[in-house]
Amino acid sequence: MANDFNSHTFYNKLKEDRQLVGVKCTACGHLSPEPRPMCPECHGFDMEWHQFSGKATLSTFTCISVVPVLMAEKGYGRDNPYCSGIVTLEEGPRISARINGVDGNNPQSIKTGMDVILDFDDLDIEFPSLAFKPA
Amino acid sequence: MATINKKRQLGRQVAIVGAGLSQFGAFPEKDSRDLFVEAFQDMVQNMDHGLDVTDIECAYVGNYSSDLFENQGHTAPIIADWLGITPVPVTRIENACASSGSALREGVMAIASGMYDVVLVGGMEKMTNLPTEGVTDVLASAADGLYEVPAGLTFPGIFGAIAKAHMDRYETNLDHLLKVGIKNHNNGALNPKAQFQQTITAMMERRKSRVQERGQTVPDWQTDMDFLNDAQANPWIAWPLRLYDCAPITDGASCVLLVSAEIAHNFSEVPISVAGIGQATGKPLHDSDELTSLSAAKAASQQAYDMAGVTVANIDLAEVHDCFTIAEIVASEDLGFFAPGEGPRAVDEGRTALDGDHPINTSGGLKAKGHPVGASGVGQVVEIYHQLRGEAGARQVKKANLTVGITHNVGGTGGTCVVNVLRRES
Repeated sequence: MANDFNSHTFYNKLKEDRQLVGVKCTACGHLSPEPRPMCPECHGFDMEWHQFSGKATLSTFTCISVVPVLMAEKGYGRDNPYCSGIVTLEEGPRISARINGVDGNNPQSIKTGMDVILDFDDLDIEFPSLAFKPA
Repeated sequence: MATINKKRQLGRQVAIVGAGLSQFGAFPEKDSRDLFVEAFQDMVQNMDHGLDVTDIECAYVGNYSSDLFENQGHTAPIIADWLGITPVPVTRIENACASSGSALREGVMAIASGMYDVVLVGGMEKMTNLPTEGVTDVLASAADGLYEVPAGLTFPGIFGAIAKAHMDRYETNLDHLLKVGIKNHNNGALNPKAQFQQTITAMMERRKSRVQERGQTVPDWQTDMDFLNDAQANPWIAWPLRLYDCAPITDGASCVLLVSAEIAHNFSEVPISVAGIGQATGKPLHDSDELTSLSAAKAASQQAYDMAGVTVANIDLAEVHDCFTIAEIVASEDLGFFAPGEGPRAVDEGRTALDGDHPINTSGGLKAKGHPVGASGVGQVVEIYHQLRGEAGARQVKKANLTVGITHNVGGTGGTCVVNVLRRES
């Protein structure tokens, strides 16, 4: 049976509804921020949508100076590194995300463990990415 | 889950009887097929009893992305043609930077199955056609293109995030990372196939003399650490990783000849047994149990150790996947040489140096030897083959009774890991 538990819906919900929406397995309760049609834990196929609160803590990060082509087009590079990292969502799972509102030139000032919240200030409609900023 | 941990055996034993490497470096005039033939020639010319090329029955070649690097897909039949072995079946294996590690595994299983007796495996990558930004994009496509790449994470970025997590959790610092690079350059300086055949100190002195020749102010670097801590000389790539924490962009190829053990002495005076093979997958870093370890490396090494019947105490040396300096530290812990968090201190104490108790990356590793991604896994096997046969020249490990060496080859940021246990039979 067709379903729309996929990245297309994930990014549509992000940019149109400004929500982080993943899935929950109805059998075992496993949460996944990335919508997927099958539970990786119990291997069931019965998933349902799950909206995450958007509250998280910063688990680890990096400040990237040698940037991909897309980020170079946005003005990032050696003199203007950007921060990306992994956040632990309030509900438990982790996810990779851009970290906005921090100084990429001063990584020492960015603290793992700090509270972060979903950020839509810098959302690129054509190439949307999940982003957080300090709470 | 029970079947995953089952101890596995090969249907019959497999040995390596020849090993070759192209020069590693930047070769604008060469394509990947030329590099592969160069590695093959190196192998044939160094085989104890030579090789009748028509003895090859089957081949597997690892290649990450000739499609994007050279605009050339379907490279396997081209390799067959360039070696003059058509219609022998050749299959290209793609597992990112573990492509040739996986190609070797396929070759081993092809012989163990009883179907073939003589199988060529290798890998090649031609990377320097693209500018650095383009290479960054191609390598990033080995990560999750839907959830890691859109988050801005590059290949160095993900290992930078691992390094930060390691620094938070343990006493790891930036100097530990740099010391891995210094050690690997010390070894690379002794490897005539390496892309960088220079110590960091030698590179520093060369930079100084060039600046002096131009009549500019010579930087005040006294030691290699002064040089490496200079943000101009060693710029950030993905904090906390700098240029000298990263393996270079490399053109190169590697190959080894596998045969069934019962005919190995027809080809070689000192065949090297493939005593254990292991391969495992892992999730993206954000979904991994730990941010300071690659679960696939732990699983693959356990499989390989179990098959070979060895423990870490039996292992004399290792070639590990140091695509970044932090990756070597994490590997040394995942493989069981050191407890979690103890890898950095082992580097400080010189335990992984050529004369240490756990020599790691005697070839110079990916950092100094170079990292033509699809060729790197078998390139590691080439080094262990020469070390166990006592023919590694100036970088020969001086331990008595050198018997067991392992290779640890990572695909992407830990999505794949291949570990092999190689043994010199007495």
